[in-house]
Amino acid sequence: MTDRLILGIESSCDETGVGIVRLGPDGALELLSDEVASSVEQHARFGGVVPEVASRAHLEAMVPTMRRSLEIAGVELSDVDAIAVTAGPGLAGALLVGVSAAKAYAAALGKPLYGVNHLAGHVAADTLEHGPLPDRCLALLVSGGHSQLLLVEGLAHKITELGSTVDDAAGEAYDKVARLLDLPYPGGPPIDRLAKTGNGCAIAFPRGLTGPRDNRYDFSFSGLKTAVARWVERSEKAGDELPLADVAASFQEAVADVLTMKAVRACKDLGIDTLVVAGGVAANSRISGLAAERCAEAGIDLRVPRPKLCGDNGAMIAAIGAHLVAAGAEPSPVDLSTTPGLPVGTIQVR
Amino acid sequence: MLVLAIDTATPAVTAGVVDLTADSPPRLLAQRVTLDAKAHGELLTPHLTDALAEAGRTFADVDAIVVGAGPGPFTGLRVGLVTAAALGQALGKPVYPVPTPDAVALAAATGEPLLVATDARRREVYWAVYDAAGVRVDGPGVDRPADLAERGLDVRAAVGEGAVLYADVLGFPVVGPHHPTPVALVAVAAADVLAGAEPGPLTPLYLRRPDAVEPVGRKRVTRA
Repeated sequence: MTDRLILGIESSCDETGVGIVRLGPDGALELLSDEVASSVEQHARFGGVVPEVASRAHLEAMVPTMRRSLEIAGVELSDVDAIAVTAGPGLAGALLVGVSAAKAYAAALGKPLYGVNHLAGHVAADTLEHGPLPDRCLALLVSGGHSQLLLVEGLAHKITELGSTVDDAAGEAYDKVARLLDLPYPGGPPIDRLAKTGNGCAIAFPRGLTGPRDNRYDFSFSGLKTAVARWVERSEKAGDELPLADVAASFQEAVADVLTMKAVRACKDLGIDTLVVAGGVAANSRISGLAAERCAEAGIDLRVPRPKLCGDNGAMIAAIGAHLVAAGAEPSPVDLSTTPGLPVGTIQVR
Repeated sequence: MLVLAIDTATPAVTAGVVDLTADSPPRLLAQRVTLDAKAHGELLTPHLTDALAEAGRTFADVDAIVVGAGPGPFTGLRVGLVTAAALGQALGKPVYPVPTPDAVALAAATGEPLLVATDARRREVYWAVYDAAGVRVDGPGVDRPADLAERGLDVRAAVGEGAVLYADVLGFPVVGPHHPTPVALVAVAAADVLAGAEPGPLTPLYLRRPDAVEPVGRKRVTRA
């Protein structure tokens, strides 16, 4: 068996991504290109992703992003052996642009098409940087749209959701708190920067779902966001100058504390020694920093992909596609459609 | 020349394989058309593959692609455009966008002034007006049927699902077919395709801006 080229297309939210991965005969993955066109600036003034704006941007960006990705990889479309595309979860109209394009590329080239799970892709991104995962590992997936604890028993085989957010995703909480503090969208980077100059213990914001009777692996960030809003409003009413850096740091500490505590707890409960932290929010310095501290204490091997691979991208979709191809998975059907609510357990749409 | 025809600007998922020569009208070799406003993404590419197979051809035989650029409901419209764009890139062949109502008007070919009105949802229609020679003289636009009727359009008939839905308000005799045919789509672009002209940009005719409002102030969670 020779090398195979796997192309990945991502369009589930506001990034149009095309990545190309070389799958070696031994199953090794080599990242050849990872091009992303983002419409994030077009959403900034709305304070969140506007689905129609994102969908329009995907249509404009698809062919140019494909062209750049092929150029950087130094390959032709006709060299590609299989195409993977995000079939869900994500925004319906946005997903449809990527899936439609992927179906056309696959049909024109006569190559197999794999409709894959975006969340599995986030975990697979780590294998592009740190090599194969052990047979069992835990993944903490944190992004603007998702916050989940996953038990991964073979990327192409079995992913089980242990817990997830019952309300806002972690990244969503960052965006909402950023608005409260008059910081720009998306909220993660500015809050992270500001938090570095503040005291994370200054304000004791609540840790959601950490009581003795609460679900051990679920998250809740809506109450935290409201607590920050109350604190800010009380401070304004009292005429105090808002200690912005301390509010940002204390909020960030509350998020990082709960996420990493529950991830390490799940590892211990299940006797797992490897934790992958993935998704856009994994790039946050305090979340990855606290995860490193707590994993070191607990003797857990922590794996966090570099920031470029944490955000949405096509390379992660190529990576999960490559794992499926390597495992001998059958391609998806020709009438493949999008599944905006695709559960994480469905790694491939068949 | 072997030309693929694609349109997803109406509830019809339209895919056709058309033979185009300089000295005769475009000739249909095969087509697959399904009326399902929610199945564009699912069905378009399989329809193209099936139509090519029926015509005894493959994607490698395709010389050009013609795609309806709308106006039409956004989500479906984008399926046709991105499919055409990706096929064009993968095959290295030109993709010619045409206004969808031009193809609807051509297929109706009444020889009299004609209104094309397709369903724009939200109780509005996408419309365009054609003279007796089939030349577009007004539109495309998007309006409420009543506002369109008030303009006193100088037409003898109307075609399209919008014309059917709002026949009472518009007050014109309705003719058909209501969806663009593969042959008509190719006919609209025939001169450019045959000349090998540089295609125009693949820009969808949205005619409406995205629904989005900028947030004003923030909601208080404590009593002021």
